[in-house]
Amino acid sequence: MPDHTSAFHLLLTGDPALFSIVGLSLAITLTAAVVASFIGMPLGALVALTRFRGRQFVIVVMNALMGLPPVIVGLAVYLSLSRSGPLGSWGLLFTPSAMVIAQTILVTPIIAALTRQTIEDLWLEYRDEFSAMHVGAFRRIATLLWDGRFSLVTALLAGFGRAAAEVGSIIIVGGNIEGFTRTMTTAIALETSKGNLSLAVGLGVILMGIVVLVSAFAWGVRRAGERFAG
Amino acid sequence: MSANTDNSDLPIEFSGVDIDVGELKVLRQISISIEPGAPTVLIGPNGSGKTTFLRVAMGLTAPSKGRVMWCGHSQSPPVRRAIVFQRPVMLRRSAFGNLHYALASAGVPRSARRRRANELLSLVDLAGLGDRPARRLSGGEQQRLAIARALAREPHVLLLDEPTASLDPAATKSIEELVRSVSASGVKVVMATHDLGEARRLAGDIVLLHRGTIVERAAVDQFFNSPATKEAQAFLAGELLL
Repeated sequence: MPDHTSAFHLLLTGDPALFSIVGLSLAITLTAAVVASFIGMPLGALVALTRFRGRQFVIVVMNALMGLPPVIVGLAVYLSLSRSGPLGSWGLLFTPSAMVIAQTILVTPIIAALTRQTIEDLWLEYRDEFSAMHVGAFRRIATLLWDGRFSLVTALLAGFGRAAAEVGSIIIVGGNIEGFTRTMTTAIALETSKGNLSLAVGLGVILMGIVVLVSAFAWGVRRAGERFAG
Repeated sequence: MSANTDNSDLPIEFSGVDIDVGELKVLRQISISIEPGAPTVLIGPNGSGKTTFLRVAMGLTAPSKGRVMWCGHSQSPPVRRAIVFQRPVMLRRSAFGNLHYALASAGVPRSARRRRANELLSLVDLAGLGDRPARRLSGGEQQRLAIARALAREPHVLLLDEPTASLDPAATKSIEELVRSVSASGVKVVMATHDLGEARRLAGDIVLLHRGTIVERAAVDQFFNSPATKEAQAFLAGELLL
């Protein structure tokens, strides 16, 4: 991608390199958010609905992990996936898969903690009705997840936002390789360090636009849901 | 609504039931038998133990002391009992969806749920509001829907906790008509209320609770015309029971 060209110009002219960066960013971010949801939502629901020794400690840790430093995650994933690491044989270092793994680790605690809070609040509200209706355990969990779906969209959105803004871990495990592991955030970091501020700003605006669009979509889904489902 | 002549959960027998919450004794030495027949209405001031009595009768709260038997069984899953709380929680779905859910929980076959849900909506006079989100219904409509939801499992005993509290007279009237209709179909209604007029209109017998104990139990006419205890006389006279 030539340094003197703004991101908007590249966008308007359909530059394949730019589209590759935007596409890879979206693919990694969405994949990480979805994978983290599949792990974090049941985990959050489980912690919300079960009572066990050390539960308060688990909740504190889960909340604390929402602020997990990305570079620490990047370093840990790097060490795990490097040739001498325990998962080195997988050959994933400096690939988009490694970036998804790092982002999933960062996003899962956010989704799990927000899901726990949502489900626990709903559980307190529904508990007596469930007992009165003689609802079984599995159906209770399914109902809480379904009835809390509009709040859970917010949890998913928070996870997506975290992943979309992330640069510290993916630059370590992805390597910022042009055409392969370069995302919008890593490209912005690179172009800024090269002094190519117009391109960096342009990419930043595109990234913000995507985040705003996704937020608007989620907000619309939530509003529509509240209107039609109560 | 099907008539339930086989009241398999009845009688509900309390034998020396205490409920302790920490240092507080919410119910003390409650011994009573709830038999089939006209509605039994629990009255008494706030904190007298009416709600706790209903929860124990439902099996939601276990006695700290004493025991409860449903038709002679001490362990009876609430399959043929139903309760409507004072502030029923509507699930986040339509009125129809709430009934469909209750029917599924009651084990009604999938093929029969739609028809049955529509029957129940008609029964509680909400036929035109099936698609409306349940949480957007008025207080009276939500109470009627909660009663319909409770009727989904065709209970033998229906426990109602102040179903007309904070409702306007029109909504109260429609709930009372519904209670009469349910009772006439053979379902035993046990209901808590603050409203003496409502108790007189609906009850077959009255149970006066005060400070967690049963002060008096009598047939409705006897209770209102010749109350036997000082507390009942004071309560009917509108004095504050402290």
